[in-house]
Amino acid sequence: MESGSIQVTETPLVLFVLRRADDALILGHRLSEWCGVAPAMEEDMALANMGLDLIGQARSLYAYAGEAEAVGHDEDAFAYCRDERAYRNLLLVEQPNGDFAKTMARQFLYAAFAYPYWRAMMGSADAMLSAIAAKSEKEMAYHLRYCAEWIVRLGDGTTTSHARATAAIEELWPFTGELFEVDGVERAAIAEGIGVDLETLRGAWRSSVAEILEKAALKMPADGWMQKGGRNGRHSEHLGHLLAELQYVQRAIPGAIW
Amino acid sequence: MISIAEHRIDAPRVPAAPASERRPEDLRAEVWRIAGAVVDPEIPALSIADLGVLRDIRVDRGAIEIFITPTYSGCPAMNVIAVEITLALAKSGLGPARVTTVLSPAWTTDWMSQEGRRKLKEYGVAPPQNGGGRRALFGIEQINCPRCDSADTAQIAEFGSTSCKALWRCNSCREPFDYFKCH
Repeated sequence: MESGSIQVTETPLVLFVLRRADDALILGHRLSEWCGVAPAMEEDMALANMGLDLIGQARSLYAYAGEAEAVGHDEDAFAYCRDERAYRNLLLVEQPNGDFAKTMARQFLYAAFAYPYWRAMMGSADAMLSAIAAKSEKEMAYHLRYCAEWIVRLGDGTTTSHARATAAIEELWPFTGELFEVDGVERAAIAEGIGVDLETLRGAWRSSVAEILEKAALKMPADGWMQKGGRNGRHSEHLGHLLAELQYVQRAIPGAIW
Repeated sequence: MISIAEHRIDAPRVPAAPASERRPEDLRAEVWRIAGAVVDPEIPALSIADLGVLRDIRVDRGAIEIFITPTYSGCPAMNVIAVEITLALAKSGLGPARVTTVLSPAWTTDWMSQEGRRKLKEYGVAPPQNGGGRRALFGIEQINCPRCDSADTAQIAEFGSTSCKALWRCNSCREPFDYFKCH
């Protein structure tokens, strides 16, 4: 592995794959931060398990990005040796864990998108992405079910849990617009039959989110100003702190193997 | 099939009939028997053949390639399984062998053998329901207790000690148990 930061050859396919890989790694890392400190043993295991699924998805995607780039970068090089601006994840997934309600809300809003996204991607013209999609789709269906149950329990629970769930959904809502952002990279993938038009997933996302929020006695926030920039490497202040922890050992002792 | 990783270990030379001199179908059957007997380190009651993790074996002029597939994307057992396969073959004087991980088609609990389901239940883990690969959101599941067969059971947690299991409890015999999730 290289000692410093790597320079990624950002072809449209490499960028397209890195976006999904980064979503999975960053959200998986966030979930891993709960390990040992979740409210109950069962939820501790659930959060670690979901994190493991996501990091597994990230590994497959990084390995494929490395093949597509073809300059010898492996999974570890992408994860440990890219600076914040080279990360292409959604702003939603890098938001801090906050309380349990916020972590559940973030996971719910993402899973409600990722489940139909990977389901659609099973039809990708790219055989590897279609194979990764077929595995991810099953895992995200399970995450969605788990989080949806918690959103209902929290929203329709006590005064405190209802207030916390409301605050969580409202705080994260401005980050949901980016889920459906279609730019040049996405359009190129759509044109080649590799990607799916994210705009076509908005309806399914909205209806599953609306259904669960209604069950949870929670209000669906109105769409206002939507934050974006993550897909192009412009992140919130939180990603740098996350990467400092994630990358520390490789940055301090370049090439360390254990 | 789609390859994502390769593991190679060169086997020590053992003075047996060289693999290249055997009939390919005999060699393939023997490799299947040896590799298929490797167990999942997280559920040692089950072999990778029972689980459906062992997908294919190709033999070409004595060169052996073994294809395995992960149950879940993040399954941490895959590396250990690949090493165990190459070691088991090396001990039998076969190899060198190459173990390739494939993602497609995606693994499903429907691939678990009847023998695997029986062993799993004996081990104390409720086997996955047949053909139940997809459940609706908030779907109701009926899982029988692997110890007393009672249908009066309840879920404790959606996620258990490994990616592939959930935690349940029997209301009749009061024992908690693992359930191998449908996938």
